Amino acid sequence: MTVADTPVGTGAPKVAIFNDPKVRGAAIQIVLIALIAFLIYGMVSNAATNLAKAGIASGFGFLNVTAGFGINISPFVEYSETSTYGRVFLVGLQNTLVISIAGIFFATIIGFIVGVARLSSNWVIAKLAYAYVEIMRNIPLLLWIFIWYFSVLRLLPSKSDPINLGPFGLLNIAGYYAPKAVFAGGAGWIGIALIVAIVASFVLSFWAKRRQLATGEQFPVFWTSVAMIVGLPLIAYFLTGMPVSFELPTASRFGPKGGARIYPEFLGLLLALSLYTANYIGEIVRAGIMAISHGQTEAAHALGIRSGPTLRLVVIPQAMRVIIPPLTNQYLNLTKNSSLAVAIAYPDLVSVFAGTTLNQTGQAVEVLLMTMLTYLAISLLTSLLMNWFNAKMALVER
Amino acid sequence: MTKTILSVALGLTVAGLLASTASAATLDDVKAKGFIQCGVSQGLPGFSNPDDQGNWTGVDVDVCRAMAAAVFGDASKVKYTPLSAKERFTALQSGEIDVLSRNTTWTMTRDTALGLNFAGVNYYDGQGFMVRKSLGVASALELSGASVCTNTGTTTELNVADYFRANKMEYEIVAFEKSDEVVAAYDAGRCDVYTTDQSGLYANRLKLTNPDEHVVLPEIISKEPLGPVVRQGDDQWFNLAKWSLNAMINAEELGVTSENVDEMANSDNPEIKRLLGKEGEFGAAIGVSNDWAYQIVKQVGNYGESFERNIGVNTPLEIKRGLNQLWSKGGILYAPPIR
Repeated sequence: MTVADTPVGTGAPKVAIFNDPKVRGAAIQIVLIALIAFLIYGMVSNAATNLAKAGIASGFGFLNVTAGFGINISPFVEYSETSTYGRVFLVGLQNTLVISIAGIFFATIIGFIVGVARLSSNWVIAKLAYAYVEIMRNIPLLLWIFIWYFSVLRLLPSKSDPINLGPFGLLNIAGYYAPKAVFAGGAGWIGIALIVAIVASFVLSFWAKRRQLATGEQFPVFWTSVAMIVGLPLIAYFLTGMPVSFELPTASRFGPKGGARIYPEFLGLLLALSLYTANYIGEIVRAGIMAISHGQTEAAHALGIRSGPTLRLVVIPQAMRVIIPPLTNQYLNLTKNSSLAVAIAYPDLVSVFAGTTLNQTGQAVEVLLMTMLTYLAISLLTSLLMNWFNAKMALVER
Repeated sequence: MTKTILSVALGLTVAGLLASTASAATLDDVKAKGFIQCGVSQGLPGFSNPDDQGNWTGVDVDVCRAMAAAVFGDASKVKYTPLSAKERFTALQSGEIDVLSRNTTWTMTRDTALGLNFAGVNYYDGQGFMVRKSLGVASALELSGASVCTNTGTTTELNVADYFRANKMEYEIVAFEKSDEVVAAYDAGRCDVYTTDQSGLYANRLKLTNPDEHVVLPEIISKEPLGPVVRQGDDQWFNLAKWSLNAMINAEELGVTSENVDEMANSDNPEIKRLLGKEGEFGAAIGVSNDWAYQIVKQVGNYGESFERNIGVNTPLEIKRGLNQLWSKGGILYAPPIR
């Protein structure tokens, strides 16, 4: 950090003001900013004038107008035909977030498996992973969406003749109908037991670390935690007299009714997005692992650490520093790619808001502006989270 | 570097400011470029559909051809832009197309807030439902709980919501952007019901694997007057679109067909004389030559000819005239007189 010079009174050589590089620089910047501002002003006022001249309605009043059309998928936001366009926006946003989060979750898991599998010393596994990556990334995503939705899922049986999975519900062309949990009184204890188990697992891992540092003895933290997280709610379930029952879907004239339904549009998009992005994540993971010098593995082996823990405790933590920045890119890509949903009737933001709402109200400028800003906000938020995670994982230099 | 940025910025600003003058006289623009850019569907048999040689045919296409015949005396001077239901209004508003003739329903919002003008009605339609015969459904009122496939960005989507709500029935809407995808999804059994304008149901039934296994239910749940659309604020072009369509309807009413139009030109009937440009200066009033309607009838035919050729009972669509019959023959087709 240098301190700015103060030319006044320091006896510096006198320079004509228009030859002073600083003044010149500042002047050019100001002119540029003024021009950009003028350009934006010109575009906005021009758009407004033209819209008014063409008799096209403008303003954000339409957000309070009743939408009047139906949307089939809205898991969290309440929606009916009498809801407003503002509510349509929320439903679209919700569906975009749901598919993005689910897609990122599965893409990350599959991606890590593929990345590690490509480096496997087992020839078959390595070549399978290689084939997966080559097939996935060399076919366009939109085509994958069509393949999954229009070809693969269409092989499911018709609505009147579903595959009966017994206690796991029904599967047909209109989706997967899972049994729905119905909670009776006392079910709250199960939730409390689950929370207690999770908290206890954290405490346990903390305690085990301390103990290992002090005595060198290890404790099977993972399996104990699993046992607690599964076991405690189960004990609570039986102690409170089994208050959870499962409602199975039942057949009706137009296919199964009831139960928790997963729509084929969601499933098709999720499969396409997560499998497609997973191959890029796999390559990123592979690159990250290969970036770690083989000496690290050899040193770990020399210390008597077995292969599994070597990967988990030595290689991956270092590889994460290489992996996270490009991984962020893939997460952003996946979120943006989810807008291809419009091709297969999944009601995401682009489909119901930038599509149907735009068409019914005709207010293209407002609708597209809102949609663009929303995607921008989602992307910036994702970047922010990943940057924080990156900073946490970065090499701490002392 | 700065210089480049500056000139680019300046150029953009100028372009942005000049853009406002681009609209206005569509007729002059059309005459200058030598053809009409016509927005049509992505393939709806009978209305606007390319044949195996890539030539567009259909009743909607005939409206554009009639306008070209009026402007240029040559019905073939039309270029077509296939548009999805979602894209169509933006394409017209932005000036990408000169006229939208794409089985588009005339509604108040579209006529006003969207900055458009409907030039008339070339097909009186109504929304209907199609189901599989195997479901054993006889009336739309038995459809509670059904899943319904349709297009996004259509009045159909709104009507079906109104209908099910008014009759207190449950339904699941599955809305696709392209009608081919709607048909594919319905054909595969993703939906129990396919809904769109009844004419569209008949047309798209031909695309199904087994058309005979499907039945169109008797209920018509909405009014769907379909017609050509132009931009608001250009009355000359609006008039031309309006009267090109009216000329076709009037020609049918007066018994003028593409076959007999040359004899009819010598008719003593003053109404026919005015239509075919033997009396009066009606062509000049809409900015084209005086034989405009003669060219329309000669090259495109009257309304009835266009109807029978594209969607009538002798075509695979087998649609009866019904409401689209002339007012004098029991329908509601009624064009203002040329005088």
